[in-house]
Amino acid sequence: MTITPSIKRDYLSKLAAQGKRADNRKFDEYRSIEIEIGYVPKAEGSARVKIGNTQVVAGIKMGVGEPYPDTPNEGVMSTAAEMIPMASPDFEAGPPRENAIELARVVDRGIRESQVIEVKKLCIEPGEKIWIVFIDIHILDYDGNLFDAASLASLAALYNTTVPAEHFEIGENFPLPMKDPPISCTSVKFNNAIVTDPSLDEEEVAEARLTVATDENGDIRAMQKGLNGSFTVDEIKKVIKASIDNGKKIREELYKIVGK
Amino acid sequence: MTQEKREIVIPSQLLGDTKQNKAGRGTFVEQGKIYSEILGIVNRKSDFINVIPIKGRYDPIEGDFVIGIVEDPMASSWLVDINAPYPALLHVSEVPWDVEFGETDRYLNHGDSVMAKVASVDINRKVNITLKDRNLYKIKGGLIINVEPSKVPRIIGKKGSMISILKKYTRCRIFVGQNGRIWIDGDDENVAKVLHTIKKIESESLSYGLTNRIESLLKNETQEVQ
Amino acid sequence: MKNDDIKLFQDGKRIDGRTNDELRPIKIEVGILHRADGSCYLEWGGNKIMVAVYGPREAVPRHTQNQLRAIVNARYNMAAFSVEDRKRPGPDRRSREISKVTSEALEKILLLEKFPRAAIDVNIEVLNAEAGTRCAGLTAAGVALADAGIPMKDIPVACAAGKIEGQLVLDLGKEEDNYGDADLPVALSPRTGEILLLQMDGHLTIDEFDKALDMAIKGCQKVSELQKKAIIEKYIAELEVE
Repeated sequence: MTITPSIKRDYLSKLAAQGKRADNRKFDEYRSIEIEIGYVPKAEGSARVKIGNTQVVAGIKMGVGEPYPDTPNEGVMSTAAEMIPMASPDFEAGPPRENAIELARVVDRGIRESQVIEVKKLCIEPGEKIWIVFIDIHILDYDGNLFDAASLASLAALYNTTVPAEHFEIGENFPLPMKDPPISCTSVKFNNAIVTDPSLDEEEVAEARLTVATDENGDIRAMQKGLNGSFTVDEIKKVIKASIDNGKKIREELYKIVGK
Repeated sequence: MTQEKREIVIPSQLLGDTKQNKAGRGTFVEQGKIYSEILGIVNRKSDFINVIPIKGRYDPIEGDFVIGIVEDPMASSWLVDINAPYPALLHVSEVPWDVEFGETDRYLNHGDSVMAKVASVDINRKVNITLKDRNLYKIKGGLIINVEPSKVPRIIGKKGSMISILKKYTRCRIFVGQNGRIWIDGDDENVAKVLHTIKKIESESLSYGLTNRIESLLKNETQEVQ
Repeated sequence: MKNDDIKLFQDGKRIDGRTNDELRPIKIEVGILHRADGSCYLEWGGNKIMVAVYGPREAVPRHTQNQLRAIVNARYNMAAFSVEDRKRPGPDRRSREISKVTSEALEKILLLEKFPRAAIDVNIEVLNAEAGTRCAGLTAAGVALADAGIPMKDIPVACAAGKIEGQLVLDLGKEEDNYGDADLPVALSPRTGEILLLQMDGHLTIDEFDKALDMAIKGCQKVSELQKKAIIEKYIAELEVE
């Protein structure tokens, strides 16, 4: 059962004014989260994440290559996202459009800037050979909040990754060296209501979106505002609080599944 | 209480032959044998064999009442999305207003909703709809939801039994389009009741005794409030 | 490609313990995607395939519309992480060819004249690949199309046979596909026995071909039973809600 777009915004705003969401969640409550690792045996690491009905698979492949000149002893990572036509009647086949590119880049930055992957330990021959980590995100079913699902799937997949040194005859296999990751949480705003983990309907009527990644200490590691509306400072604080609270819960769940 | 056994059939399933039966909706004939062409429930009435679809897009039939959403106003007509594979055409001669050439957007614009009737479906599946009938008009207020078109008969019920129960216990105005769109108008609390009841009917549409269960549920909810 | 170190037969059994006419284990789940009109998740040996069907819906762009019937757009795609060496995202020539032969196979059994100017979009996504992906993809597509309520004359199914070390076998596994002598994927309309897809590479005598084709067809019939079972079980469960 879905609500016709033209009436959606009024309906959701009316509900929000009464403190309700269409699926009876609290404003800062997530839908049920499922994390499954090792979903793709062929990949060096993989995970499938479901947040509500949104379903994302992330796969990690490792390759060997040359380092960047300014970081001769560090491994390299690359993130790509595919919003394949399967996931929604509105996705078209073809090279990634801006949405897929923004998604990939935001997930990439969240992992890269907080140095979640210990790239200094991914050096094979200083200045000559390093490990490349390819993160490929596949959206299978789109029901809102791709940022968080893609982020979480990528992290779970990285935790599941074994560096295939033996396949390249460089030594013994070893688990991908990782540091504690920041967890990304996304909220959207429509008509003064701020809701976390937006459903598809809520995303469709949203004026502005804010993703905040927080770490174990409750510090902020990354932020991305999207869409062409605005936030007040108070609203931003609300989003940050929701992100810290939910980040903690999601991190616990992630650690449980990957066995940390 | 009798329960007719509901038999699920799949495409290519043999249902009978033309010597003893007639091929109805949802079936095809090959060499005198009648097969199902879809995933559905087989329905044998007189000597017709029909298959009622469990899922699938809306298939417009002349005379169907539908809820349409206007896509594009054009010079002397509108293109209207009726949840079928292609949009339907609403011509200015089929509306109760006197519309000047090029003034169509003054009456119906992109995003407006209408209660309409399917006037004709030609051989190329091009659909024309009309607003010229009592009870047909431009929709104002209320809420429109989408359900699977194949569930509409369940929501209406045998001879309207289910929809009458819904209206009785919620005092809402409800209009069910054959194309899977439903318009609901009433106070917030009752509209919410209608929504979650429809959701329940959707997910249990194949089960037996649904109408009675829904009635008890609604009766209890109403009594609780009192 | 020959590799003398790999023994494809050990003690009369194949490398994974199967007999010559045995299928790898298959698991089928129906209607698992929320947005698609019809969907199917299928595991076949190590293959993991997801198929989503949208349609019938208006065919776009306009110039692709056929005034007399619907068109079928099957899109076969392998995820970058689905294979041993990472594959660059996007369709390569192999994917486009498989998409084409799959579309053509489906066009034959779908009742397309009922939906002129429309398109039926079939997305086949290989998440984990282990030989025989085009057969697994087409088999899953058949289930997804039935789940979407698209009218068809039959539920298409596919299976491959091949030759390894001189012997004919059903459903080639990974090593058998890489080091075998012939590969014959076949798609079937199980009710009528019509062949919807047929490709072959390698080397077979006429006699070997006849036997291999027969083997593949029998394999198809077995898989067809699994498809039908999966579809009916999914909806029987809905019937039994109390």
